[in-house]
This record gives sequence, C-alpha cells and structure tokens, in this order.
Amino acid sequence: MALAGRTAMWWARLRSPCPSAAPLCLPPWLLAWPAACERLYSSRGKEKLDMSTYPVENIRNFSIIAHVDHGKSTLADRLLEITGTIAKTAHNKQVLDKLQVERERGITVKAQSASLFYNHKGVNYLLNLIDTPGHVDFSYEVSRSLSACQGVILVVDANEGIQAQTVANFYLAFEAQLAIIPVINKIDLKHADPERVEKQIEKLFDIPIDECVRISAKQGTNVEKVLKKIIEKIPPPQCNTSDPLKALVFDSTFDHYRGVIANIALFGGEIQKGHKIVSAHTKKRYEVNEVGILTPYEHPTHKLYAGQVGYVIAGMKEVTEAQIGDTLFLYKQPVEPLPGFKSAKPMVFAGMYPVDQTEYNNLKSALERLTLNDSSVTIHRDSSLALGAGWRLGFLGLLHMEVFNQRLEQEYNMSVILTAPTVPYKAILSSAKLIKEYGKAEITIINPAQFPDKISVSQYLEPTVLGTIVTPQEYIGKIIVLCQDRRAVQKDMLYIDEHRVMLKYLFPLNEIVLDFYDALKSLSSGYASFDYEDAGYQAADLIKMDILLNGNPVEELATVVHNDKAYATGKLLCERLKDAIPRQLFEIAIQAAIGKKIIARETLKAYRKNVVAKCYGGDITRRMKLLKRQAEGKKLMRKIGNVEVPRDAFIRVLKREPEK
Amino acid sequence: MAARGWRLAAAAARPGGGGPGRAPGPGPASEPAPGPVPQPAAPAAASVYVHWPYCCKRCSYCNFNTYVVPAVDEAAVRACLVREAQTLLRLSRVKSVTSVFFGGGTPSLASPGTITAVLEAVMGAAHLPAGAEVTLEANPSSTTTARLAGFKAAGVNRLSIGVQSLDDVELRLLGREHTAAEAQAAVEAARQLFPGRTSIDLLFGLPGQSLGAWTQGLKAALGLCDDHISLYQLTLERGTALAARVWGGALPAPPQDLLADMYQTARTMLLAAGFRHYEVSNFARKVGCPYAVPPMLCHPCSRLSPHVTPYHTLPQGALSTHNLSYWRAEQYIGVGPGAHGRFVPHGEGGCSREARVQMLEPIAWMRAVQSRGHGTGKRVVLSPLEQLEEVLALGLRTDEGITHKRWGRFSPHLSLEAVFGAPGQALQQQGWMVLDGGGLRCTERGLAVLDSLLPDLLCQLQRRWGPTAPGPAPGPAPGGGTAPRGSSAARTGLRAL
Repeated sequence: MALAGRTAMWWARLRSPCPSAAPLCLPPWLLAWPAACERLYSSRGKEKLDMSTYPVENIRNFSIIAHVDHGKSTLADRLLEITGTIAKTAHNKQVLDKLQVERERGITVKAQSASLFYNHKGVNYLLNLIDTPGHVDFSYEVSRSLSACQGVILVVDANEGIQAQTVANFYLAFEAQLAIIPVINKIDLKHADPERVEKQIEKLFDIPIDECVRISAKQGTNVEKVLKKIIEKIPPPQCNTSDPLKALVFDSTFDHYRGVIANIALFGGEIQKGHKIVSAHTKKRYEVNEVGILTPYEHPTHKLYAGQVGYVIAGMKEVTEAQIGDTLFLYKQPVEPLPGFKSAKPMVFAGMYPVDQTEYNNLKSALERLTLNDSSVTIHRDSSLALGAGWRLGFLGLLHMEVFNQRLEQEYNMSVILTAPTVPYKAILSSAKLIKEYGKAEITIINPAQFPDKISVSQYLEPTVLGTIVTPQEYIGKIIVLCQDRRAVQKDMLYIDEHRVMLKYLFPLNEIVLDFYDALKSLSSGYASFDYEDAGYQAADLIKMDILLNGNPVEELATVVHNDKAYATGKLLCERLKDAIPRQLFEIAIQAAIGKKIIARETLKAYRKNVVAKCYGGDITRRMKLLKRQAEGKKLMRKIGNVEVPRDAFIRVLKREPEK
Repeated sequence: MAARGWRLAAAAARPGGGGPGRAPGPGPASEPAPGPVPQPAAPAAASVYVHWPYCCKRCSYCNFNTYVVPAVDEAAVRACLVREAQTLLRLSRVKSVTSVFFGGGTPSLASPGTITAVLEAVMGAAHLPAGAEVTLEANPSSTTTARLAGFKAAGVNRLSIGVQSLDDVELRLLGREHTAAEAQAAVEAARQLFPGRTSIDLLFGLPGQSLGAWTQGLKAALGLCDDHISLYQLTLERGTALAARVWGGALPAPPQDLLADMYQTARTMLLAAGFRHYEVSNFARKVGCPYAVPPMLCHPCSRLSPHVTPYHTLPQGALSTHNLSYWRAEQYIGVGPGAHGRFVPHGEGGCSREARVQMLEPIAWMRAVQSRGHGTGKRVVLSPLEQLEEVLALGLRTDEGITHKRWGRFSPHLSLEAVFGAPGQALQQQGWMVLDGGGLRCTERGLAVLDSLLPDLLCQLQRRWGPTAPGPAPGPAPGGGTAPRGSSAARTGLRAL
C-alpha cells in the first residue's frame, strides 16, 4: 500500500542524521530514539511519549485554510520542518496529503493532523496542526477540523489575492469564533502584490493590515514569524485535565489490521490504555488499546490530556462506530456531549456501474472498502436495463465525485461507468394515498423513475447553493450572463479592490453540477474562482422528461428537468442519441416528451444501402469476424420496441462528457 | 456448379479420368466419408486464384497486398507460383480445376510466359477442362493488343479490365495511371480478342462525385462494355491516401443516401440494358435465370423465362464462374503472396475445410515456397458452424441465394427451413428475405442492406445450431489426426507454418 511505503520512507529519513538547522526543541520521540521499529506501519515498538509535560496553557490547536493552490500544504511542510517534526529535505511536498489523488491534484481531500513541538521564549509548546481540505466539496471536513481548533492561519496568495474559497473558509472560521492569522504567501513571486492583498483582507474581512504576515512558504521566509503568531494570538484550549474525560471525535480512518482509528480532541480529562470509554452517540462501550499523537503518523503516548489532539484505538470495528462529531467519555462518568456536526449531505448523485458485469463483486468490495474511509458517500443499490446492476452514489460535490472515482481507479484498480450526475429533488405530496404510501408528505427523489406525477404533488423543490465568485472586473459581464443562463439570482456584488469583484448568486444546484465551473473558467481565462455552500431547497417548476424511440419510452434516459430547460436538454439528449445509435433497417424517431407532448425530435434515417462492395480474392475471414462480432453485439443490445440500442450508446449518452 | 463439381469429381475418380499420372496419394479410396455425418468432403474440384503482387504504382484507394518495386525477378516469382500451385493442388487432392483467376496487383504486368507456366502447372497437377474459365485482371495501361494476344495464346480466355472510371479527373483522384481514352482503347482491343468474355470494373461513390456524373459515366460505360460489368462502391480503406484525405477533411465523404441512389440508379440502368444483377456488385447478360422454381415476383427476369431448369445446369454465359465459386462456398486454392484459400487438405490427412492465407510479403513467401514447396502463413480449421456462416454470408450476396442442395451439403441435418423457416421470421415478413423451394435469398431490397441482415441471420443460425448441432463427425482423421478438426479444434487450430 502506498501509505505504508511513504511511512517507511519517512521513518527512514528520520533515522538519518538530521542536517537541518538544530531545532529549537527536539521532538521528544527523536530524543527517545533508538527504539527499534520493526513493523513500520504499526506503532508497536515505538517509545511511548509522556504528554503530561504539556499543560493546557502550552497547547495551541490550529488549522490552515486557503483557496486551492495558495500554498496551504507547502506552509504545513515548512512548519513540520522547522519544528523538527520531519527532517528538512528537498522532498517534503504535501507531507500531510497522503493519498495519491491528493498529491496528483495538489489538493487535500482528507484532513490530517500533526503535533508540532516548539520552544518559544524558553517554554515548550505543543502545536497541533489540523490540516483541512481546501475545496468546498469538503467543507464539512473543514468545519469538522475547525471544531477542534481555537485559531486558523488564513493563507492568501500574494499574486492571486482573495479567491472564492478564501471567502468561504474565512466565514467558516469567523462563525466558529476562531482567532484568524492572515498570512500572505508567495511573496517571492515576480508579480506578488502583498499590499493589494492586505487591502483586500482589510476591506473584506475587517482585519487590520498590520496583522498580516508576509511569507514565502516555498523559501521558508518569515515562517518562524507565523509560529510566533500562533503562540501569541491563538488562545489555548479552555479545558481542564481534572475534569472528566470529554473527547470530540473529529475524524476517523480505517486500518485493516487495527480497526478504526479515531482522531480526537480532548476537551476535558485524560485518556490512556485500559480506560473504559463510551460513545455518547451509540452508547457502546469500548476499552482503549492505544492512544497517541499524530506526527503526522501515529505515535503512541502514555496518555492524552485535556487540550491535546491525538488518536485513540479502542476496538471499534466499523467506521460508523466512530461517528464524526461524537463525544467519548469514561464509563459511568457521562458528560454533556459536545455539539455534533450536521452529517455531510450528498449534493450530487450519479449512477455507477461496472464496465463489465462480471466485475460487479470486485467493484462492490472496492466500494465498501473505499467508503470505510469516506463515510460521506452514500450508496444505494440500483440497476439499469442498459447498464446492468450497479449503484446510485451520493457525493458532496463534483470534485468529491471525481476524487472518489479516481481513488477507485488508483487504489482499487477499478474502472467504472459513471453516469451524468443529478441532484436530489423533493416533492410535497398532496395525494393522501401517496402520503400514506411513503409515510410522509415530503419525499426526496433521487431517481427520475420515482418522480411523482404533478397531479399528486402540491409543490416540487430543488436544492440550491449560494455561490461565491471572485473575478477580475473585466469578466463581470460575461459571468452575469452565464449566471442568468443558469437561472441564478444575484444576491450581492462587491468590489474587493479596484480590480476585483466578488459576486454572490443563488444557484439551483443542478445548474452547476454539470459544467458550470468549466464554463466559468473558460470565459474568464481561468481567473474567476468559484465556491458554493448549501442554501436549502426552493420551489421549482420541475417536470419529468421521457426519451422515446419510435414512441417507446427509454426508462434509463428519463430525466427531471426544470421547465425552462426542458427544450434545450431534450434537444441535446436526442442529438446525442442520434449519434450513438447505429442506423437500422427502418427509420427511428428519437423524441423528447413531457407527458404526451413532444418537445424535441431527431430522425435517424433507415439504411437504404449497407452491403460491402467486394470480398477481395476470397478474403472473407476479416469480414466474417466483423459480422460475428456484430452478431454477438446483437445479443447484448437493449431492445426498445423494435429498435436495437447498443449498450455503449447509453454509456455515451448517460456518461458525464468531459467538457471542452 | 455444385453438381458439375460432383460430376467432375466422379469423372476424376474413374480410372484414367484424373490428371496425367500426377494424381497423388491413395486416391479415391479415401473419398467416401466414414462417419454418419460426412464432412461436405471431397468434391474433388476447386478453383485456383493466383496472386501477382506487383504494380507500377499504388492507386490512392487500394489497400490490397501489392508492392511497387523497381525490378521484379519474374523468373523467380514464376518458379515459386508454379511450385506452390503444384504443392497446394497435390495437398488438396483436387482432381479438377474449374477456373483459374490471375489477380493482383497488376497481373497484366507479368509476361504471358508466366501465365503459361502456371497454367501448365495446374494442368499437370489436375484436370483443367478445355473450356474452363481463365481470367486475367488487366490494367488499361498495360494492355496493348499485342500483349493481350500473348495472354490469349497463353491460355487466358476472359479479361477483367480495371477501367474504374471514364472521367480523367476521377481517374487522377483514384491515382490511376491511365486516361479515359486509354481505358476505352483497352476495352475495345480486349473485346476484339475476347468477345463476350471481357468484363469491366467501375467505381462509384468517389469523393465529390454527383449522381449525374455517375450516371453519365455509366452510360458511357454501357456504350463500351461487353456482357459483364462489376460496379464497386468505393470503400475507404484505412491506410490509403484517399481515405486519409477524406478523413482529414480535405475531400468530402459521400453521403449515405447519395450512395444508395447511385446504386439503385445503376441497377435500374443495367437491368434496362439486359443485365442480370447476379451478385451485389456484379452484372452480366446473355445468361440464364437462377430460379429452379416458379418465379418470385421480386425478381425482374421472372416474366422472361420459364423456370424449369435448375440454374446450375444452365450455361454460365458471361457470369464469372470463378467469383461464383467463392459465393457458393466451393473449394478454392490461393496461390501467391497473401492469397486466400478454402479447401480440405486431404493430401496431408486433413478432412475438414480450412481457411488458408499465404504469406503476405513476396520475398518471405518466395523463401518459404523454395524451402517447403508452399508459402502458407496461416491455416485455420473451420468448424461446421463456421463453414455454414460463410455459406450464409457469401451465398446471400447472389441473386440465386443459397439453394437447399448447397446448404444440405454443409448441413445435412439442419435444413434451411429448420433454421430460418420458423413462423414469424421478421426478416421474411418485412420483405428482406425469401425462403422457398429454391432456397434462401435476399429480395432486391434486402440485398442492398445485406450487412444489416446478416448479424441477425448469424444469431439465428447460432441459436438453432447450439442445441441441435450434431457437432463434428466422430472418428479420427484419416491421416493420423495431424490436422485439427471440429469446433474446439477450430478455435485452437491456428497454426503458423
């Protein structure tokens, strides 16, 4: 496994004499070396640390938040180096991003934590860095991480300035009432304009210019200053070791050998091996096997104390047992649970099918294992006449969907058919019969096949998001047109400096799931940034559109669309289908229909001539092969009325097209 | 043809009926098939295809196995063609050769002496009846009257001239070396020497060609031609210069409907001129009508002749005997680089029909022929089902279709009716196919879309074959079982030689 490989590499680096500038305070586990480390992946054999030397007042828990590519992970690497947490080498890139997909895309998907030890003015401090994902899809991870923090470092690129995610992340931290340290990164770049960015920060976030720290994480410039700011500006956690144990589960991972590893922040008391603990959520009792800190890999300690951040292994078998946001307490010493998190809600749904049905079971087990570490993905079994047995998966957003798909490919070597994403609609039922049937008046519709008829519905609802766009002003015109085209309503428009504008729009979610981001990027030459947050449901004029082949509906192509978009969507689907279905012996009418009304039509003409001119010199072997392949293909075709539709035609129509 | 083949085989089996002293091996003693399900074995006749792989210049549309070389060592090529013909004929134990076809490449570039040598080799190894069709493909650029006379003297009695077009602009587009005028002169010269036995090839569906231009050209061709015309719709083949230009967008791809119009118009014009549309791309006149049974309304000649005589007893007239042997799934032996064959190699103990391909590259092929007598590069045993699939795919290209008799030869236990006669056969109901006393064939409408019908027909055949199929005949191969046989063998029976 790649993770184990990296761990090994990392430990190997630690073993070699550290050539870097002598750390101000050598991490305790380095002092405790050379404990033999036979099985690198396991924490067995490592010398346990004594964490009691770090009282609450010497602890700082913080996150780094930033727009994508503004240098969050680079800053984290530098902080880890300076504090001696990792050896300083040229290879430290995205140390906290353990997944291959994270490293390839330069993004953080899964929050990671690391404990840093730093001596400031003669006092040893324990700084817990809780890394967060940058992208909006993972904002649930951000808020989860922030709940374990008292402060954040807000990193802004000195060249690009404030971007959409900067805004979103700032408000997450602001609303959590955390101390915010603005850091302007990449000052070494030629076009860096830190003054402009400082002004933006002052204008938008109301933070005085002189509080900004100008750094170059890449070159290490002023990174020490950031450490000092952390100690000075971020308050220590407010809690007491003498209180009963109160630990927040803010993340969890699954290890095939050791079960669930829950990342915890202690809001009170202490925890150690042998303690009997209870989950406030499940009321289940566990015995603690191991506690430790993350360095960023698990390193066992004797105990963890109030204010500290680390991990606990307590014989939990399933990730669901370590509910994110859950509170752990000692058996027979119950505490008031901490406010939990709203569980992450899937915003985007897509069908997932094995390319080959014989791969169904392999894909099933890969999905099961992958969702162990990503509980935000919802899974429902689904099947399609065209694509066979599969699942309907719910994702937090498009990037999440892509990342999940990429992880399936990279970590499980699975290739899948992913259908075009849809969003969950709702319907308020008016028919008493249906209400009885569903047991409630408001139902969520994930699959168009379940879309209830207008007669029995008083109102349809669609999910919306509040989108933030930050753009150079010259693209405003085009962006406004794009947003209007996507049925968006403008909520705010603000110049954040003389060149940049921040726009806020309320979007129907389905208008942005497919290609909005790509469209925005292309019409702004890549300069506009976009982020969104859930904004609830709104009433919408929704209809179910059927696709007919010679009058017969094609079940797998039915879609729910907004009335205003029905014509365009219907036309597009018909056109795509026309290109995807081979000509046949008779004419085929491809129609989009709403109820009985046909709104779009394409005609696939009949073959008038389809016979090869010549079988040269008796060479019919190749010809026979082709014919037999076609004959085989016939057996796999889906027959809709008299029309034969090859399976790949559905794939071509349903698949998410990579937008140009 | 089938009956003729049988008769010839029978004649060959009579003492003294075979070739002059060359008849190899144990002879007719092994002919009667032993098992209860006899292989459609040993109609000891076959046609012979001879491939001349060289051209002066490659045409822009051609992806055949041809080579443009500065100098051809004709003596060496001739020796190898002769040797391979002898070897393969001996291997097949064919007693009689029904036709010989010199194709290419440009076989009219070979000297008449080479043609003579190959024909002598054929006659030396098997019986070549006096009137047997011997066709030579000729390019207008290499067909002076003197050369043609030389070929005639060598034994050629039918000429197929690659006219392709009678428009100089089109000819240049196709990368042909000749002009329309030269083509005309060549056809006239050929008709003098081979009256009633000269065929011309025309291409339609060229990039940018209009329906008007095509009918104009066809009209001119009708004024020029003899009794046989082949009309080929241009197929853009991967790797050709023309395809690259069309796919690259430099030339327009002809629209589907225009191609259909061109085909229909041509068919109408040729029928009006008295031609019989006897295969997808082939037309001939002064020939009989195929139907042995009361006429079907679908066929244009139904009103013209009383159909009482089985077709295969009618005179062949201008029909291409050689090409018919492919479409009727008879045996054929391919000689020369890249030539294809279908025959039972009785001579080496085989008892199943094989698909054989000779090595493509002339030098490698020659080396193989010199060292082991033939240059077969690949041979695959065809299972009974695969043979039937070929019977179906090829036979339906002709207007006669597949006769019950021919089907029965390949499938003694599963009749045409049993496979395709089930009530509710959509293809017949919809007027694409006819199954009657004459056999299974396409209607005119069906023939134009045969490639869309075949996958369904193959599925139907495979379904019927599956449960009821008797499988390959039991019993060991007579020659010690060296040749793989049967359906499972067919899958694995690919052997490089």
